[in-house]
Amino acid sequence: MADFGGEATEGFRAEVKRWLKDHFPPALKGGSLLQYMEGPSPRNSDVKAWIAAMGETGWGVPTWPKALGGGGLSKEEARVLAQEMNAVGAWNPIGGMGVMMFGPTLLEYGNETQKQTHIPPIARSEIRWCQGFSEPGAGSDLASLQTKCEDKGDHWLVNGSKIWTSGAQWADWCFCLVRTDTSKKHEGISFLLIDMKSPGVEVKPIRLISGNSPFCETFFTDVKVPKENLVGPLGGGWTIAKRLLQHERAGLAGGGGSMGRGGLFAAPMHQLAKEYVEADEGGRIADDDLRSRITGHEIEARAFQLTAIRSLVESRSNQGPSSATSIMKNAGSRIAQERAELTLEVLGAQGLGWEGEGFNADELAAVRGWLGGKAYSIYGGSAEIQNNIISKRILGLPDPLGSSSH
Amino acid sequence: MAVLTEEQSLLRDAARTWTQEKSPVSAFRKVRNSGVALGYDQAAFAEMAEMGWTGVIIPEEYGGSDFGWLSLGLILEETGRTLTASPILSSSVAAGAIVLAGTDAQKQHWLTKLASGEVVGALAVDEGPHHNPAKVALKAEKAGAGWKLTGKKTFVLEGPAAGLLVVSAKTDGGVSLFLVPGDAKGVAKHALKLADSRGAANIDFDGVEVGADALLGEEGKGGPLLDKILDRARAALAAEMLGSALQAFETTLDYLKTRVQFGQVIGSFQALQHRAAKMFTDLELSRSCVEAALTAIDNDGAEVSELVSLAKAKMGDTLHLVSNEMVQMHGGIGMTDEHDAGLYLKRARAQETAFGGQAFHRDRYARLQGF
Amino acid sequence: MADLAEFRAEARAWLEANFPPSLRGQSEANAEIIPGGEKPSGDALIWKQRLAANGWGTPTWPKAYGGGGLSSAEARVLAEEMAAIGASNPMAGMGLSMLGPTLLEYGTEDQKQRHIPPIVHGEVRWCQGYSEPGAGSDLAALTTRCEDAGDHWKINGQKIWTSGAQYADWCFCLVRTDTARKHEGISFVLIDMHQPGVEARPIRLIAGSSPFCETFFTDARAEKTDMVGPLNGGWGVGKRLLQHERSGQGGGRLMGGGKPLPEIAAAYVDADEPGAGDLRDRIVAQAVDARAHTLTMKRAAEESRGNQNPSAATSVMKNSGTKIGQDKAELTLEIMGARGLGWEGEVFADEELTAVRAWLFGKATTIFGGSAEIQNNIISKRILGLPDPLGGAKGNG
Repeated sequence: MADFGGEATEGFRAEVKRWLKDHFPPALKGGSLLQYMEGPSPRNSDVKAWIAAMGETGWGVPTWPKALGGGGLSKEEARVLAQEMNAVGAWNPIGGMGVMMFGPTLLEYGNETQKQTHIPPIARSEIRWCQGFSEPGAGSDLASLQTKCEDKGDHWLVNGSKIWTSGAQWADWCFCLVRTDTSKKHEGISFLLIDMKSPGVEVKPIRLISGNSPFCETFFTDVKVPKENLVGPLGGGWTIAKRLLQHERAGLAGGGGSMGRGGLFAAPMHQLAKEYVEADEGGRIADDDLRSRITGHEIEARAFQLTAIRSLVESRSNQGPSSATSIMKNAGSRIAQERAELTLEVLGAQGLGWEGEGFNADELAAVRGWLGGKAYSIYGGSAEIQNNIISKRILGLPDPLGSSSH
Repeated sequence: MAVLTEEQSLLRDAARTWTQEKSPVSAFRKVRNSGVALGYDQAAFAEMAEMGWTGVIIPEEYGGSDFGWLSLGLILEETGRTLTASPILSSSVAAGAIVLAGTDAQKQHWLTKLASGEVVGALAVDEGPHHNPAKVALKAEKAGAGWKLTGKKTFVLEGPAAGLLVVSAKTDGGVSLFLVPGDAKGVAKHALKLADSRGAANIDFDGVEVGADALLGEEGKGGPLLDKILDRARAALAAEMLGSALQAFETTLDYLKTRVQFGQVIGSFQALQHRAAKMFTDLELSRSCVEAALTAIDNDGAEVSELVSLAKAKMGDTLHLVSNEMVQMHGGIGMTDEHDAGLYLKRARAQETAFGGQAFHRDRYARLQGF
Repeated sequence: MADLAEFRAEARAWLEANFPPSLRGQSEANAEIIPGGEKPSGDALIWKQRLAANGWGTPTWPKAYGGGGLSSAEARVLAEEMAAIGASNPMAGMGLSMLGPTLLEYGTEDQKQRHIPPIVHGEVRWCQGYSEPGAGSDLAALTTRCEDAGDHWKINGQKIWTSGAQYADWCFCLVRTDTARKHEGISFVLIDMHQPGVEARPIRLIAGSSPFCETFFTDARAEKTDMVGPLNGGWGVGKRLLQHERSGQGGGRLMGGGKPLPEIAAAYVDADEPGAGDLRDRIVAQAVDARAHTLTMKRAAEESRGNQNPSAATSVMKNSGTKIGQDKAELTLEIMGARGLGWEGEVFADEELTAVRAWLFGKATTIFGGSAEIQNNIISKRILGLPDPLGGAKGNG
């Protein structure tokens, strides 16, 4: 990738190189945030030191304002930082929902006090956030949420329950969509920040078909929330939520999502097939039918990969965002799920293990991955919702008469 | 859509304007109804040649513009949209064969005429109902300094119009390619009346004598060369298929937005919306493959064959779906000959079959990947 | 049962004596499912007259109108015996399968006296005036206007997909007699096709020529005595007629014999050619679907114990059967490769040209007679009990 910086940027580059040499623990080389963050706070002392170092410079959130604990870098400088980190196998230990979604949203919609209070701890990875959006009765139709928020004069009183709150059991704070007006649907929603240590907050982890998960149910019973924790205007929560979800989607798209370890860009399906399925005299997978289906899948995966590249290139050009971006989540989910199914088929009886003897780690991971992967077409905007978005926003097809649209 | 250079954008815009204004689907319908064996309108083809479309992959010294295969693909996407009947694809492929492996003399003799549209070129490779280029029975025997060709070729696209036939034959050393004039003695063309009304012919070669200068490339080493030529044909055809599929989809989408039943526009029914979303998704995925294949050809990349089979297979499946959905979603009127849906459906099956169908290319993709 | 055995013997003997030998082994030739322009002559005419004289062209219709007066069981036995000797029913057509039964249920005595005997004798051809360009799946949206002109009805409008209209003598037609109400503004009238105000134009399909027509009514006349059922009560009559149509079709039987796909493939596909295995896998998948369908038809017949009334289960079978038929047609074309792209000419074998036309015409099976989408709506709502969306966009008639 071309670097368009001038002398100043080169000076910065040299500075970054030196800093990394001094502060990035070599033992962490080539790792990732996911490795250390799937659960409670990391205990590894190298990671803790690395977090502290990045927190001090604010380079974990490079383009956030310096005054709020961010790196205060320009886009070019941020790119240089990324390049240099990449070059030495360094990775960003400052992450989570605070960084990906909530922080950027608060920077746009929060008042000064809220920004001063909440942004610096995010920049230093000292506070973890969870998302209180979905409810048992409000999934795809999120705006029908019911968690009630009443004005008690000097505080808010919150009652209700949230579901799919990822990481709630370890979170310090929750950004939450609550109902402040029952007479209006979208305009009756507000955006509230809730301290998870408040009395009345209860968290229950949810076990999935794939086993343990970071997802939780979160219950609010007469939880008192300070008035100043309302972000944006009363009844303005839906707009803020939409913006936040945009940040979420941009974040997912950038990293290719978390769709399965080994994902779409890992070794092609057929290599696994050759390990588990007999080959004929010509060295080809002996099962015709399986081979055709693996080929069909690999063609889809390749087409998807080429489309990811194409949409990136097109979006960067003057033509504006590519029409291809709208299909990515659905296509990506479907292909990942197909791969998981084919993997199980290829593994045969070795693809039926839950745990223990007789199965290696990869085989067990394949089963868990297959199960967990069923979620790709459900969360973050289900496949049906994605189809609705494509139909209505891209293709311009209308809503049925008499329907409530938004 | 790939990010185009300004040159390419202009070419595409010109192609779009011309096909929409001068060669809409009704023009093809006229060609069809005229029943002419050629299968295209010669006046329209002359205009295309004048605009330089016949020379897009031919070097400038022979009167071409040498814009490359992606550029040809841009034009074919537009002609595909309106089902424009023309031998541009076929001629370009024949010209491409000579550009790849022709001697200077062969280039001098043929390329200028192909670039100007004076001669139409065609690939004569198939010998049965299924594309299987490795299997060649037509023989070429040494006859003095030259060769004598005996055998049959089937379903030669643009066969009736072809003044140049690029023929695959079996020689002692293996497979060889020959440049045979369409009117050579012993060449007997039998025009076919196909469902898609395009020009094609079965061609008999009854002891056709050609000179030594008719051999294209090396004797017995024609296999890899033929593969390269066919890959260009497949990629170009995939671009035309993309255009047809896109227009079929857009016409159907318009219908969904205008047809009223049960008091509302049928496009408001979610079941139809989701089917439309699926087609849209498949079209975007297909476009990526087609553009990657054409670009790889222009860049002479290592993965050309893989990307070409990828594109032909994926595009074929998408076109198959969209062409069927066009009829189904239009309901009864989609079944009438008056409506365009039947034209897209028939053309689609012919395009899927030419130069190897989806099954052929899935198999080839797997082989190239080593499984 | 003894009666039935007796009847069988009687029918067999009668057929032996009366079915002209020259017509035996030509059942295709005298089947008149799609009315053609020619009227029968010679032995075919004799056969028709003899069958009609017994009323056996319309076997279960009352003797009072010339029908055979047979029970359903006897009619089934007669059909079996006719099939065994290779005789088909020259009275076949819309009069027999659709209008006749409907008239027998809803018609006045006068209407039955005037219209039933000509059907019994095969003297009149009927066509169906239902669909319109703006009323396909939503048939009740029809607009062909029927106005009271004092001593007769005046009809103005246009019908489409009127099969055989160019040869028909009469048309049974759904018309609008009240523009203020949708379903309750429809009436059922019988219109004489031989009048200046009626024009039938054949429609060419993607598969070539077809029996379907557009039919235009310009100040056409229908007699006051030719309205079946009450004024504005035609929708119910029309729907009942469609039920007769669908039970007559034997709901969902797989269409068209033709050779099994593997047999066709043996002639066109080399086992070792690229893609052969892939094709075989899909042929197998289609065969599995077809077998499952046939077994289901059998099971459904056993479970309903011969009760012929079409139910929502018919929708399942129609969708399943039409998909299987279309898949077979697509696979046939793929098997034939480039030889499956011919339109006409000696270069192509008859089997090949037929395959192409059948492939094209087969696209209609998921559209006509209740489209696949409508069938899905019926399955969703009537079998699965899923509700209509709010605002009541009712997606089926």
